[in-house]
Amino acid sequence: MLQQIEGSQAVARAVACCRPEVVCAYPISPQTHIIEAIGVLVRTGELAPCEFINVESEFAAMSVSIGASATGARAYTATASQGLLYMMEAVHNASGLELPIVMTLANRAIGAPINIWNDHSDAMAASDAGWIQLFAETNQEAVDLHVLAFRLAEELSLPVMVCMDGFVLTHAVEQVDLPEQGRVDAFLPPYAPHQFLDPADPVSIGAMVGPEAFEEVKVLAHLRQLDALDRIPELAAEFEEIFGRPSAGLVGTYRTEGADTIVVALGSVLGTIKDAVDERRRAGQRVGVVGITTFRPFPTSEVRSALAGARQVVVIEKAFRAGGGGVLSGDVTLAVQDSDVGVHTVVAGLGGRPITRRGVESVLGSAARGELEPLSFLDLDNAVIEHERARVLSASSPGPDGTATVRRRPPPVASPVGEAP
Amino acid sequence: MFQVRIHGRGGQGVVAAAEILSMAAFDEGRFAQAFPSFGSERMGAPVVSYCRIDDRPIRTHEPIAEPDALIVQDPTLVHQVDLFGGLADDAYVLVNTSKSFEGLGLAEFASRFRPGRLLTCPATALALEYVGRPLPNAALLGGFAALTGRISLDALEKAISERFAGVVGTANAAAARAAFEFVVDEARAGQDREVVARAPAD
Amino acid sequence: MTTTPVHFYQVGSYAAGNRLVGEGDRTVQSGAGRTNALDSGHRACQGCGEALGARYVLDAAMRSCDGQLMAVNATGCLEVFSTPFPETSWRIPWLHSLFGNAPPVATGVSAALRVKGRTDVRVVAQAGDGGTVDIGLACLSGLFERDDDVLFVCYDNEAYMNTGVQRSGATPPAARTATTEAVGDSPGNPFGQGKDLPRIAMAHDIPYVATATVADLHDLEAKVERAMEIRGARYLHVLVPCPLGWGSAPSDTIELARLAQETGIFPVFEARDGSVTSVSPIRCRQPVEAYLSRQRRYAHLFTDPPRQDVIDHIQAIADRNIARYGLVGSDAPATDGEH
Repeated sequence: MLQQIEGSQAVARAVACCRPEVVCAYPISPQTHIIEAIGVLVRTGELAPCEFINVESEFAAMSVSIGASATGARAYTATASQGLLYMMEAVHNASGLELPIVMTLANRAIGAPINIWNDHSDAMAASDAGWIQLFAETNQEAVDLHVLAFRLAEELSLPVMVCMDGFVLTHAVEQVDLPEQGRVDAFLPPYAPHQFLDPADPVSIGAMVGPEAFEEVKVLAHLRQLDALDRIPELAAEFEEIFGRPSAGLVGTYRTEGADTIVVALGSVLGTIKDAVDERRRAGQRVGVVGITTFRPFPTSEVRSALAGARQVVVIEKAFRAGGGGVLSGDVTLAVQDSDVGVHTVVAGLGGRPITRRGVESVLGSAARGELEPLSFLDLDNAVIEHERARVLSASSPGPDGTATVRRRPPPVASPVGEAP
Repeated sequence: MFQVRIHGRGGQGVVAAAEILSMAAFDEGRFAQAFPSFGSERMGAPVVSYCRIDDRPIRTHEPIAEPDALIVQDPTLVHQVDLFGGLADDAYVLVNTSKSFEGLGLAEFASRFRPGRLLTCPATALALEYVGRPLPNAALLGGFAALTGRISLDALEKAISERFAGVVGTANAAAARAAFEFVVDEARAGQDREVVARAPAD
Repeated sequence: MTTTPVHFYQVGSYAAGNRLVGEGDRTVQSGAGRTNALDSGHRACQGCGEALGARYVLDAAMRSCDGQLMAVNATGCLEVFSTPFPETSWRIPWLHSLFGNAPPVATGVSAALRVKGRTDVRVVAQAGDGGTVDIGLACLSGLFERDDDVLFVCYDNEAYMNTGVQRSGATPPAARTATTEAVGDSPGNPFGQGKDLPRIAMAHDIPYVATATVADLHDLEAKVERAMEIRGARYLHVLVPCPLGWGSAPSDTIELARLAQETGIFPVFEARDGSVTSVSPIRCRQPVEAYLSRQRRYAHLFTDPPRQDVIDHIQAIADRNIARYGLVGSDAPATDGEH
């Protein structure tokens, strides 16, 4: 059913259609609207039977999900940013215990400096946590990927994180085709756990494993992740059959045919990038876009095929490793390592800085002129950087960069003439 | 694509205004996107919301830097915030005030725009009259519909009634209609003035 | 004909042996039908108070719910010694997740059972003192505050024994641990630190809080059974001596637990809805030296001359406990807010 609806509300409705039995969360911007809406659906009885539990931390939220999932209940939670870090020990534990929890990550920057706005630092911090990570480009994808996520998680007995850009998607009111309950039921059978706590058949879950078997356990988890690369396209096809619209799968391509420059990105910025690509195509530049939906496991061979024929690849990513470089770029570089494709990393949109069509067009222009550095930062205020570097070198006023940068603005005004207090 | 930027203060329904506008456009079969300026603003702080309307799917999610129309819900922002940044000379501007642009100290600014595209509308007074609370957002949308012709009053009234349940919805829809009529009257009067002003030159 | 008088009390223990009481009053453990929730073959140390306590708690809990019991376990000795890969000693459904999250994991288990209509299945969460009073405290407070239907059991051996005897928030003053060594002017753990978790639990006004030791196993089982009659958040704090960490003989585990109670160092009581309702009176009051001197973690107090100042300080704490809970004589429990 087509509705003009806020992304968070749409995701809440979609999650409710998936009939989670235990929903537990701790509020953090920009995830709040999702869990508030699910809370209402549970209170009104529209989502039943379901236990909605308010807890004292994200660590507890993931832990409740772990307990519920291990007892055979379909469990859902949502978080962002610091919340994900605060629950991180349990995030790894959930995947290690092979519990098919589904979690929405309303992507947000990680502090310090504290920042509530969107980027992908949180998702990247969890990219090695053993979870499947799916990135939504639109609110329609966010909705559809949640339905897919429950099915995928439960088939593979692996937790799935659905990443949607905080505020940019969660707070955007757009047209969304909400899934009908009957179709969701047709796509998503009741949760049949591989193993669960049951007095009739007692098992011990979470026992210690020593050096004699730990590596094997980890490799088995890796192989189950790789199974997802086969399963996701199949499930996407099944989704299309049932819902009558395509679902995002591993990767999506846009105007890549004949493209010598291809932009790779994750999430909602792909929309802006496509607009920019249309502009550049009109101007004669042969550019295209590859959007990564499935970031973990990384669809290496699909990315390699999608990039085949390109002379250079521009990875625009909303996160980076200080002292290293891009995160997504690393995976893309590995995917094209056997070719002579040049991979450029453009870090953009950190801490909610808008990525504009014009900004992307300027990146593509630089790429066309062969002027793109291996690592660059979009719309960077170099004056601030230079001033701060000079200050640190002169050691005139100590303090962290973040504090000093704030202190620098507004520019100092002349002291009023008069006696000091 | 038609892009609207709405300025106001936290608590004035700035975000809801953009949502309602997008819902009205959706109801008319068009694509629309509404979103707030993302911040941690408290009650009373300046806030911004955005709405895009198009006949085809909207892909971009960047903030609206160059709006086709501007709605100012709180005239006290006029000299505090860069309200008019990125505004082209043919843009629409609707300011919630019972004063004129001259009265707001914006006479020179207003002269830059195409005649008939700048209006003030006493939306708070209308809201107090029809809704009983000083929440000008619905009324201003009525004024916006009349000023720009980009959305029908019927779709707007429907969206308002969907957004606010029961009598609150009805009252806000009435405020929107009153503002719509006010702006239509103002525009007619403005045209008359323009005709009068132009007459000697002809 | 010569007769031998029957001793109702075993010498030195004041506890009734199972053979000497009626069938109905015997411990669950003494019965042939005991469930062995924590089965033999595990890797606990000799004289482990925690293994003993856990076995009594869980079997008593199983009897209370017709065997429909699940356990959630924090990381710690109990978790490590019970599940050496690929074996397990647990004969009940058992889940270990992390060190600090046993409370919310148990909340999740309980919620899942409720949503599935399996309220006949009961949930016990268990942790050591580190998992309870330190790393798990925020989560445990959340469980209490929500009144989640979980019996949370803390097996308190007063330090991080699993990692080699480091100080915890439950380590008593003056006790030597690997991180509060018996060196310097104030050897051992400083005074004035630590947390009284049973009283913190009571401050949440949860329906049931009790303390117990492995010296009085009848009392321990009875408290488990009473806790299991109640729905909501319940807290049981069991003192479990640790021969390794306390520097005591494995054969002294029961004796030390008894001395902790008889000196007033560890008050044994029961509370409902935030108020103390009963206490286990001290029947043969002992000076704290009797308890301290048998543990090498206090050896630095018994040098020549002894650290009488420190011993007196510990005695003052014991005396305060005795006064607070009315542990000696026929005084009514002296509870906060009731006088």
